[in-house]
Amino acid sequence: MNAPISEDDLHAFADGQLDSARLVQVEAWLASHPERRAEVDQWRAQTASLHQTFDRVLDEPIPTRLLPPARPARWLDGRKAAAVAWLVVGGVAGFFLRGQSAGDPAALTASNSLPRQAAVAHAVFVPEVRHPVEVGADQEAHLVAWLSKRLGAELKPPKLDDAGYRLIGGRLLPGDKRAVAQFMYEDAARKRLTLYVRPDAPKATETGFRYTSEDGIDVFYWIDGAFGYALSGNTGREDMLRLATLVHRQNEK
Amino acid sequence: MSSQAAIVAEIPRLRRYARALTGRSDTADDLVQDTLERALVKWRLWQQGRALRPWLFSIMHNLHVDGQRREGRLDFRDDDDLPVQVQRAAQDDARELRDIERALGLLPLEQREILLLVGLEELSYADVARVLKLPQGTVMSRLSRGRKRFRALLLGATIPQLRVVKK
Repeated sequence: MNAPISEDDLHAFADGQLDSARLVQVEAWLASHPERRAEVDQWRAQTASLHQTFDRVLDEPIPTRLLPPARPARWLDGRKAAAVAWLVVGGVAGFFLRGQSAGDPAALTASNSLPRQAAVAHAVFVPEVRHPVEVGADQEAHLVAWLSKRLGAELKPPKLDDAGYRLIGGRLLPGDKRAVAQFMYEDAARKRLTLYVRPDAPKATETGFRYTSEDGIDVFYWIDGAFGYALSGNTGREDMLRLATLVHRQNEK
Repeated sequence: MSSQAAIVAEIPRLRRYARALTGRSDTADDLVQDTLERALVKWRLWQQGRALRPWLFSIMHNLHVDGQRREGRLDFRDDDDLPVQVQRAAQDDARELRDIERALGLLPLEQREILLLVGLEELSYADVARVLKLPQGTVMSRLSRGRKRFRALLLGATIPQLRVVKK
């Protein structure tokens, strides 16, 4: 019934990589094979000796040449300084979907304030218990019509139900020049995300994803068509990237 | 955690692995620096949803192998042809640590990497296979041989070698 115990099972046992069912079987088998048990113990002792020898490196101070300096573009000897700014390091986490427009200073200036504004709006409304949104998702048709009219272009809240987040609703906010929209989402654990949509993005400057952390709020932002988007939340960088990808994909349709 | 913090947080792990892999702290930090730099250049290729740590280890692996190849130091001899040096088992701790570093250095690179990624870095076998771009079966057989050899090196015992002797 049970598969015979293999050499691989013994290593996986020593390395703690067996599932609990197999673990029990291997343990029982080892009880009647003391010479193999001794070998497994030796492997574990090897691993322990590696930790004993090298774990001290973890506590050593990191040499400054390996650390990002206060002026981020000079990280790593400035060898890549022209091409690589910290924004791009952010790109290690949040990659650009398309070519970057780093050469366009107007686009950068315009989008720089986008994550900041989005994070502030996020911080203001996410803790709201009674009035997190102006118009609830139960009146979605009205919400879409209203925000589209005020922002001057058709605007639909993306669906994030597949990712476990349901739309609570949306609200209108004052932006730099004109109105902006905020949609709010919530998961089963009541964690909230906001999507900030600004209609005054400079034309023809589509960008890929950019990532920043604003006072501890993760913000992924990008420009697509006439809108600048910023997704804010605290659900972890990778989770946020996945959600931002979902939003972006739906806007493309 | 910001992405900056996420990457900086990996540096101690990268340094530990590089130190164990190369056996020298200055060489190790050069390797870490090259790895971080390459990560910056290659981040577009980083696949969404892939964990950061194994991706960084795979970059480091490629750089290290390239460097060894450039210096003509990659050992292509078959495992069984490699000598197992006899060493005295040490009594005091300091000696023992040095012996571990020395025994590790005497392991063929392909076994040393796997022993370290599995034992020291505690990566899953599947992640190790991805980092090294090897089938998991190959990872397991090298792990098994590496552990046998490492033990033999530490004990200072010789592995019996079978030879066909022509008369």
